[in-house]
Amino acid sequence: MTTYTMPESLKNVRTHYCPGCSHGIIHKILAECIDELNMRENTVGVSPVGCAVIAYEYLNLDMVEALHGRAPAIATGLKRALPDKLVFTYQGDGDLLAIGISELIHAANRGENFTIIFVNNRVYGMTGGQMAPTTAPGQKTLTTPYGRDGKMGEPIDVMHLIEPFSNVKYLARGAVYHPNEIRKTKNLIKRALEMQISGDGFSLVEVLATCPTYWRMSPGEAMDYVKDNIAPHVQMGVIKEQ
Amino acid sequence: MSKKELLCGNEAISEAAIKAGCRYYYGYPITPQNEISAYMALHLPKVDGTFIQAESEIAAINMAAGTAATGKRVMTSSSGPGLSLKQEGLSFFAAAELPLVVVDAMRAGPGLGNITPSQADYFQATRGGGHGDYRQIVLAPASVSEAAELTRRAFYLADKYRIVAMLLLDGMLAQTREPVVINQDPLEDDFDKSWAVTGCKGRTPNVVKSLFLQERSLEEFIEKQLIKYSVIEETETEAELYHTADAEYILIAYGTPARMCRSVVDRYRAKGIKVGLLRPVTLWPYPSRMLRDTLRHAKHYLVVEWSAGQMFEDVRIALGYDRPIHLLSKLGGSLMDIEEIDNKLDELLINQGARI
Repeated sequence: MTTYTMPESLKNVRTHYCPGCSHGIIHKILAECIDELNMRENTVGVSPVGCAVIAYEYLNLDMVEALHGRAPAIATGLKRALPDKLVFTYQGDGDLLAIGISELIHAANRGENFTIIFVNNRVYGMTGGQMAPTTAPGQKTLTTPYGRDGKMGEPIDVMHLIEPFSNVKYLARGAVYHPNEIRKTKNLIKRALEMQISGDGFSLVEVLATCPTYWRMSPGEAMDYVKDNIAPHVQMGVIKEQ
Repeated sequence: MSKKELLCGNEAISEAAIKAGCRYYYGYPITPQNEISAYMALHLPKVDGTFIQAESEIAAINMAAGTAATGKRVMTSSSGPGLSLKQEGLSFFAAAELPLVVVDAMRAGPGLGNITPSQADYFQATRGGGHGDYRQIVLAPASVSEAAELTRRAFYLADKYRIVAMLLLDGMLAQTREPVVINQDPLEDDFDKSWAVTGCKGRTPNVVKSLFLQERSLEEFIEKQLIKYSVIEETETEAELYHTADAEYILIAYGTPARMCRSVVDRYRAKGIKVGLLRPVTLWPYPSRMLRDTLRHAKHYLVVEWSAGQMFEDVRIALGYDRPIHLLSKLGGSLMDIEEIDNKLDELLINQGARI
């Protein structure tokens, strides 16, 4: 029988996240991975600008809070100075693929040996539900009130962007709408962190996440939406491993 | 052991940084500071250091923030437009209390402006070009030797106060080649870095951040910084005085224009005319008290500056509106001829009824 306990890498505090938000689940499995790798005291994380900006209030780790989009540059400076530490960034869709797309692409191309945990819920949560680079065609947001049309671009798939770089060693996509998916996603994150520890190079795990508040759905509806309308249309699991 | 080398300002800064224990440099190409990244790319690997040509100025300053957060010495550099791009990052450094040495080899602005030498980044450097209430130390060398010395001092001050220390030099000095002896002694490195992120082994986790959401927390943080800034003003203000004790005419200049002014002082003194020079070495903190308390006696003050009169404002603040302060400026990266200083000085002398 499995006994679930609070990971040491997670603080036993209440989060500010909305009901049904995926951040809590993703924080927990990330913390479990770090514990299981026995790396809590040898890890430096980077929080983004977005709903997870104060992730350091929940993760019991040394952390740097990056400016908007700059987490891969911060992580580059951290990892070059601390090559033996585990370094990760935790970033949302706007942070990673809009304002921070340049830092992402160049860190990936250099093969910086850190891991990006990319939480994709297709919307800007902290600023009130604006369009994100990953917002679906036709999706209504605060800034696409008539639905996203082609003039506002198409959803950007991070895997297509960085998969071609030879220095990108591990890419994977998971979801957290069901305990089975949570377990699978945890394994993907753990593999990415293990590869970093082995010195293999750049790794990124995308997690299909929810935003019930700005999707205007109940938590259950939002989870079902990921299962029925998002996950079936994208490649899940390991996308690249070298 | 120390040998004399022929280096330009940019190279002297680079070598002095390495000797001061800087092992991390991140930068993006822009004229007239490219010798710095070239020097670092060549020499940092020899001391197990890290050089990255970043994808942008924004990436470079944030890479520097990542390394600074680990407590290690780091430097970045740029010029004009590139410094503008770094400003959000510099504001972050101030809010996160991270040490940094940053170099601005000034070219002319606004906009892309001109690549020729200028001093028009003075406001941006001394007023806090980024957003929010903060200060950074600004050091202004006037020779290649002094550029090397002040680089070492910048690393010391950055660590001592957990602050950004900027070397502000005109593009002329950045490119000028002079003999220089670089200090080879290790720079003290026993500063308290218990705040650094290194993995939380044996302690509660550290967080390096710039967000202060709790009520009054940002106010209290800034109040604490203001105390630090006033200590820096008290203890770190520096200026060179040249023949000012009895001077009736005081020239005020920094960087390359100060060297031109020094030779003007020598020539006019030889003619028996009491001219002196105040050369601020720290632009923030500015030697305002020195001007106000010990240099009030002059008949006229002439600020010689390669901008539309940016440092001029600090002189005005120090001396007030009732003192005769004049400006000789050079705009847009055009080069100043030393005769222009002579002519302006002669004009003041003639107005005073002097025979020249």
